[in-house]
Amino acid sequence: MNEMSKKGRKRFTVPLNLKTGHIDMSHGSGGRASAQLIEELFVKHLDNELLRQGNDNAQFSAPAGRMVMSTDSHVISPLFFPGGDIGSLAVHGTVNDIAMSGARPLYLSAGFILEEGFPLADLDRIVASMAAAAREAGVPVITGDTKVVEKGKGDGVFINTAGVGVVPDGLDIAGHNAQPGDVVLISGTIGDHGVAIMSSRENLEFETTIESDSAALHTLIAAMTDAVPDIHCLRDPTRGGLATTLNELAHQSQVGIRIRESDLPVKPAVNAACELLGLDPLYVANEGKLVCICPAEHAEILLAVMKAHPQGENAAIIGEVIEDEHHFVQMETGFGGQRIVDWLAGEQLPRIC
Amino acid sequence: MKYIEEFRDQKLAKHIAERIRHSVDPAREYHFMEFCGGHTHAIFRYGVQDLMPGNVHYVHGPGCPVCVLPTSRIDLMIRLLREENVILCTYADLLRVPASERESLMKVKAEGADVRMVYSTQDALKIARDNPESEVVFFAIGFETTTPPTAVAILQAQSEQLSNFTVFCNHVLTPAAMSGLLDAPAVDGEVLNLDGFLGPSHVSSIIGSQPYEFVPQKYGKPVVIAGFEPLDVMQSTLMMIQQINDGRCEVENEYARVVSREGNRKAQALVAEVLELRDRFEWRGLGWIPDSALKIQPRFSAFDAEQRFDCLKNTGDLIAKDHKACECPSILRGTKKPVDCKLFGTVCTPENPMGSCMVSSEGACAAHWSYGRFRGQPVTSSPQSQKAASA
Repeated sequence: MNEMSKKGRKRFTVPLNLKTGHIDMSHGSGGRASAQLIEELFVKHLDNELLRQGNDNAQFSAPAGRMVMSTDSHVISPLFFPGGDIGSLAVHGTVNDIAMSGARPLYLSAGFILEEGFPLADLDRIVASMAAAAREAGVPVITGDTKVVEKGKGDGVFINTAGVGVVPDGLDIAGHNAQPGDVVLISGTIGDHGVAIMSSRENLEFETTIESDSAALHTLIAAMTDAVPDIHCLRDPTRGGLATTLNELAHQSQVGIRIRESDLPVKPAVNAACELLGLDPLYVANEGKLVCICPAEHAEILLAVMKAHPQGENAAIIGEVIEDEHHFVQMETGFGGQRIVDWLAGEQLPRIC
Repeated sequence: MKYIEEFRDQKLAKHIAERIRHSVDPAREYHFMEFCGGHTHAIFRYGVQDLMPGNVHYVHGPGCPVCVLPTSRIDLMIRLLREENVILCTYADLLRVPASERESLMKVKAEGADVRMVYSTQDALKIARDNPESEVVFFAIGFETTTPPTAVAILQAQSEQLSNFTVFCNHVLTPAAMSGLLDAPAVDGEVLNLDGFLGPSHVSSIIGSQPYEFVPQKYGKPVVIAGFEPLDVMQSTLMMIQQINDGRCEVENEYARVVSREGNRKAQALVAEVLELRDRFEWRGLGWIPDSALKIQPRFSAFDAEQRFDCLKNTGDLIAKDHKACECPSILRGTKKPVDCKLFGTVCTPENPMGSCMVSSEGACAAHWSYGRFRGQPVTSSPQSQKAASA
């Protein structure tokens, strides 16, 4: 994408038809059509100084300290859903993966795999949304790549993003740090993203006001680590939902986790949709929520900090870490009984992120 | 949603639990079969067993359509997918059910067969409309609840002249399963120890409560039609204990907000218009039971996959092979528990099921594994969980 044109000189006599045009094989050839796509669509939206350098790489100075790198591929279906689209999701996903280490995200890369025949209008909309998300997060896309595959060999568009960030001194946040006695917090309501996706699936359409929670969480995390540097674990409960994330953390830290169903924030509309579809909100994906595990003495301060941030206003303390050689996640049900919250078996839903 | 949460209210649950504790005779044990997978799922998901006195036991019944479907029927669909160029539409649960030779529809799909997951018969009809060049087969399974939609789909296909749509009919009947269970000869000395049934809920909304009246009359076992919410299960348990205490033996209806004695006449008429009794049908665990399933009437044979495809007609050469150590049959008969199976949790887990009861979330093994396997395993640091483990 970085084979940029010289500014101020019109290289292409006929502009890209962003209204009714389609991706064709020439857009991936590396020739003039590729250059035009980059200039008139990608750079138009994502423009920034580093991208404009026009190399096949982006050069920047790194601040001293511990660096974090992460990558995430996005293959969601449908591409547009209530509350977001694959473009904004691709930014939020990678920004969050970096931020879950406590790091400040710096830069992103973006790789697009486009299917022949994909409408340019849709691509324009997706890249515009991606640019808006990157601007809002303050994390620019500084290098990229585009490939085109023949019709039938892709599904419209797949986007890979990678990102780098730097961890402030004094933080040690990782999945293996949970200790018995720690407290488990969630930053808000669970299941919104998955239900929003389902509601817009072709074969499942149902009417709901639920929107995806897709959002970048790094400013919330910065506020949290500023108040309490001694956070043990952060993780965003995406695919597999809260249940899967808690099981991962229990397994990595070799502990058990006990949660209380009555303390879990779930929107009534999400509960109702899950009831209808036979799903459990604990296993439904989120794209703008985080699980935090911290020493008990910091829990109330963290909760207050989270509630004061727009991304954490429905935050709640949902349970605690216990010793358990089986590393089970258990739940006191709202009904008054006990059950295991197990790893997800099989798939609840295909392609949700 | 409010309407659902009212049936999961913790205060009401404690109140019913208290009444059950006062009603039970501490000198005896109670064994109730919750007939449906929906009940089993509610018991495990909400931890209903934790609220029961120690002498009240739930025996998991065969009312899980995926669980009782015999391996041979899945083998047949795999054969069809390999021999004919068809699109097979199925509910998601069936995809992972083990077939013979460690096959499954999921594995055959991965090899390239066109197997599509659907949520309803309407999805399958749409696929047939959208793919007029392909044969589209709907894998119809389920008890009386899912039967009317299948009948409707066949009538719809007929009126639309959807000649590429057929149904592989595996619908089974609940009352026949109850007599099958109670008539089953003791296998290897295993005896079904049962004081009564928590009867089907959604099934009964279609067929009514009347068809179970032979159970108390002929077999001397009380039946309480029970809804699928945890409070329904608890209230039904209380009603069952009260029947036994009073020396009554009858069909009672806890799920009166949905179920009547006669059931849904319109749905029954639809089914009668399109389907008819099979002479006999094989059930996993219960074997061949006479008059226990439905097939498509000859006048709709154009929509019957078993009439359309030759490879489904001659099935004499097909010998289903289940895992030898799998205890699904005994578990479905109510004579063994999931933990009695050597495979449970060792080689057989929901990720890698050896038997059908480990597949559906309504299956006894899957429910026990996913929600309850901490029972009997002490958790070291929490007094609360030790209480749960010993319950």
